[in-house]
Amino acid sequence: MSQQTKKGHFPWKHIIGFLISIALTLVAFATALWTDWSSSTIFIIILIFAVIQAALQLVMFMHMTEGEDGGLISGNTLFGFFIAVVIIVGTYWLMTSGHMHMGM
Amino acid sequence: MDLKWNEFIITGDPLILGAQISILLGSIAVVAALTYFKKWTWLWKEWLTSVDHKKLGIMYILSALLMLFRGGIDGLMIRTQLAKPGMEFLDPQHYNEVFSTHGVIMILFMAMPFLIGLINYVVPLQIGARDVAFPYLNNLSFWTFFVGMALFNISFIIGGSPDAGWTAYTPLATNEFSPGPGQNYYLLAIQIAGIGTLMTGINFFVTILKMRTKGMTLMKMSMFTWTTLITMLIIIFAFPVLTVALALQTFDRLFGSVIFTLQGDGNPMLWVNLFWVWGHPEVYIVILPAFGIFSEIISTFARKQLFAYKAMVVSIVTISVLSFLVWVHHFFTMGNSAEANSFFSITTMAISIPTGVKIFNWLFTMYRGRITFTTPMLWALAFIPNFVIGGVTGVMLAMAAADYQYHNTYFLVSHFHYVLISGTVFACFAGLIYWYPKMFGHKLNEKIGKWAFWIFIIGFNVCFFPQYFLGLDGMPRRISTYTEADGWTGLNFISTIGAFMMGLAFLIFVVNIVYSWRFSPREKTGDAWGLGRNLEWATSSSIPPHYNFAVLPEVTGLDPYWDMKEKGLDQQKNVDYKPIHMPNNAATPIIMSVIMGAAAFGLVFHWYWIGIIGGIGIFITMIARSFDYNDGYYVSVEEIKETEAKANK
Ligand code: HEM
Ligand SMILES: [Cu+2]
Repeated sequence: MSQQTKKGHFPWKHIIGFLISIALTLVAFATALWTDWSSSTIFIIILIFAVIQAALQLVMFMHMTEGEDGGLISGNTLFGFFIAVVIIVGTYWLMTSGHMHMGM
Repeated sequence: MDLKWNEFIITGDPLILGAQISILLGSIAVVAALTYFKKWTWLWKEWLTSVDHKKLGIMYILSALLMLFRGGIDGLMIRTQLAKPGMEFLDPQHYNEVFSTHGVIMILFMAMPFLIGLINYVVPLQIGARDVAFPYLNNLSFWTFFVGMALFNISFIIGGSPDAGWTAYTPLATNEFSPGPGQNYYLLAIQIAGIGTLMTGINFFVTILKMRTKGMTLMKMSMFTWTTLITMLIIIFAFPVLTVALALQTFDRLFGSVIFTLQGDGNPMLWVNLFWVWGHPEVYIVILPAFGIFSEIISTFARKQLFAYKAMVVSIVTISVLSFLVWVHHFFTMGNSAEANSFFSITTMAISIPTGVKIFNWLFTMYRGRITFTTPMLWALAFIPNFVIGGVTGVMLAMAAADYQYHNTYFLVSHFHYVLISGTVFACFAGLIYWYPKMFGHKLNEKIGKWAFWIFIIGFNVCFFPQYFLGLDGMPRRISTYTEADGWTGLNFISTIGAFMMGLAFLIFVVNIVYSWRFSPREKTGDAWGLGRNLEWATSSSIPPHYNFAVLPEVTGLDPYWDMKEKGLDQQKNVDYKPIHMPNNAATPIIMSVIMGAAAFGLVFHWYWIGIIGGIGIFITMIARSFDYNDGYYVSVEEIKETEAKANK
């Protein structure tokens, strides 16, 4: 919390975050535009870049990990993310395997 | 929906007619009494619009007791119908309605508000706070719950009850197989109440994290506060799933979408899946606070600190994660792949490990303790062996292959009643008796309480133990009758006797409330049992003043109040008081919730114009709230002095 808020200090963290964000966007863009991979592959790659970038922004620009509640907020966010993944992946797995997929 | 009057108001059933008449007379009596004794303003100012967590807690508990009565009557009707083969007490349709409402009411409108009521009353005191983080929201939570409850309960006299089970499995619950308003009631009532629960989750999560008194680090919190914190975390992540699932089924039923239907590309199994994604965490939501209550009571009456506090904390945190990884055990037989069933079989067995750890914590807490056998302690002691029976049978059900045999038989019914009653219901009784002097300034009579206790636990075992064997003999759940040739007559009859014993015990419990109100001696200190360990007992008077603590207590270790007593400290005495900031009453929550209820009532019958007007109404109350700049008031030093002097006389 201390370094970035002080005046006169060069905001390295923001600059680096900004550059990485641009790089991630460009790579995602390039994947979509100039590769001939299947659309589902492209979709997955873009998704991964998007998640990385979202995390980056939360940490670098929105100071999620800092301050007295930093650990708590990050922990809860990760837990929420974990639960969301469990629910989505679990549901997808169940609905597409076993006897169930025959009904679909 | 085109309904004739005689379809709108349910007619033709003597049982329902009886209920209608008694509800009518009851309401008239209440209104008349309030008017005669000129209590309307008192009711409105002191209770309905109060944001005091203690009053909201009491209102939650009163509603829960009412629902225990209603759900209990449902249960007794089920047991009466099953007492003998070929009974004609309830016809199959009525039977379906009764067991559906029994399940919904007991879990969502009895267990949840009972626990949330105790949490409301006790947790802010235990963390040394003057109120919750969002007092306004707390009142809104209560009213959304209450309106949801009311909406659900009128279904049996207006329009007809839901009849697709508390699980409301599609395709049975779709319009095709459950026409009529019943299932709409289920969806909308639970939706409204669920929003309230979600707000409670956020409210108490923040309260416990941000409002603890000086010195109370996370690892110095009482066990009840810990279990509450984790419960709220589970609520925050589990209830949105229910909200979404209910909304989707509502779309199916009201607006003709095809999400869970057999027509179109609908997939009924998705509902089952989503229901249990919420449903399993939900059973942990109702058991964790119970664990907390037993921990408090056991360590109090064994006069010892909780054994292996850290292991206890670790095990509840583990449960919070694992509770989201086991939901498939509720539908092993739905045709999942062998890999899926095996995976969820293993996670389910894993979750019984942290649960087992706790049993040992309690046993070791009592080991070599000087135990006082008060009624709350008796309930806590009875909990342990009974809950173990429920847990062990749970592990049997967890084996996917074996579950093909047990699933949806009375074996399952017995399992979840063993865990829910000996866990949650015992805890509600125990907690209510334990904290009763805190709430009302006198204890419940111990002698009558012990009668109620013994009749209840004997009745409970007589009722549910035979059901394991009925299940093994192949009796399926949710059948409205059977024949002599099935060979289930004897055990069913015994089971019914047990059910009525529990009913009797409940009546004795209620009599005890009235008796003790008249005759119990009034408590003079904040520490009614003389053995209190946590801060709720540190208040200056038996019933805490509305600001809870004149000065916020300071904490240095576990069991802070025990510590203060040992050191002879009274932090509430001989100090300079400062004005205390308290929140104001709020009238918008009750108005907003009633409008919500009215809008939902319209939607139940497809009267969309009511829904639209209601929606606008809700929006207007929200705007009104945003322009409400009222940010509380100060309790003056004189008032504090006066109150404290009275308390310390
Ligand atoms: C030792 C830990 C536990 C295990 C291993 C366990 C396992 C299971 C399994 C496998 C089922 C599904 C059986 C079937 O449908 O065939 C089940 C059902 C159920 N359990 Fe448990 N359970 C445990 C603890 C609890 C607790 C603590 C509660 C609540 C307080 C609970 C409440 C329920 C309910 C309500 C159902 C059935 C709901 C229904 O189908 O209507 N269980 N349990
Ligand atoms: Cu479960």
